[in-house]
Amino acid sequence: MRKFVDLHLRAPIKDLYKVERMVRKSSELGYRLVGILLPLNASRDQISQLQHICNDTKIDLVTRVDFSPKTPRELLNDLRRFRRKFEVISVTCTSKGVARQAAKDRRVDLLHFPATDLRKRFFDDAEAELASKALSSLEIEMAPLLLLTGFSRFRLLSRLRREVAIAERFKVPVTLSSGATNEYLIRGPHDYAALTTLFDMSMPSALRALSENPAALVERNRVKLSPGYVAPGIRVVGRKNGV
Amino acid sequence: MVSKRVRKRYLALKVVSEQFVNERDVMDSVWNAVLKLFGEYGASQANLRLMEYDRQMKFAVVRCFHTALERVRASIASITEIGGKPAVIYVLGVSGTLRALRKKVLT
Repeated sequence: MRKFVDLHLRAPIKDLYKVERMVRKSSELGYRLVGILLPLNASRDQISQLQHICNDTKIDLVTRVDFSPKTPRELLNDLRRFRRKFEVISVTCTSKGVARQAAKDRRVDLLHFPATDLRKRFFDDAEAELASKALSSLEIEMAPLLLLTGFSRFRLLSRLRREVAIAERFKVPVTLSSGATNEYLIRGPHDYAALTTLFDMSMPSALRALSENPAALVERNRVKLSPGYVAPGIRVVGRKNGV
Repeated sequence: MVSKRVRKRYLALKVVSEQFVNERDVMDSVWNAVLKLFGEYGASQANLRLMEYDRQMKFAVVRCFHTALERVRASIASITEIGGKPAVIYVLGVSGTLRALRKKVLT
């Protein structure tokens, strides 16, 4: 049985009632793991409150943060400070330099591009080649597809079609997420998979983008962030007293 | 030459809306969504039809050709308002027969 994952719930964490409604809706629709967007200065109390809400609805919580750096240097500083504090790191690439740096940095999990400003969507062949070596995923948010209409929507669809084809060619994993700011923007996984036919993504690829790809990313990061982890294939299994 | 019978699919839908919604509103919004995304050509290939609607529960069953299932599903997912008010239509289940669909949705 597939385990569906939504890595981007933009829930207003100050309004816990709204967060609970969104998490409950996600659980009803079949998601087993959700990523809630947190601010950089999120406290342990806030995270434990969210954890409590997710536990009540039998959903696994993933802590996520979005960086929107203006320069590659700023991105490197943010990664150095915050990589070990959050399970999933997404970078919104608003310039080519940032996009290239994010694609080649192994600490970045998700590459995200603005939906409304298509001139800032830098996912091309060079970007895909860098991303494929660094194991970054291309993130596609579904909320803009629901909210945009007319010209804006079909331009976005046209661009997504191109990006998905590039991702497939270079074997860059694609992750689909809701990007929902309220419960009315959350849809079931099979509904999102049906929506991806609008930009020529195959049904098996879409279902993988909603389940295996994000789950593997989270699993990989949890292993890396675990206390016993040293390097790939090396773990601390025990300590001698006094050492 | 014998023409093949096109298989149909039945979709169980749940309408979530703060206001009262009747079957006309639901089908208008579904048709408009199909037209918007796939045009008249796409809409003509769907053979969409409302089978049942429960006004109190806001529960509907629609039928379409199996070849148009993903398009109909995508159109339904793209609906964000009905009658100018925020609304969502969720697909609870899909089946090849009404009987199997009722069994699936009730369990």
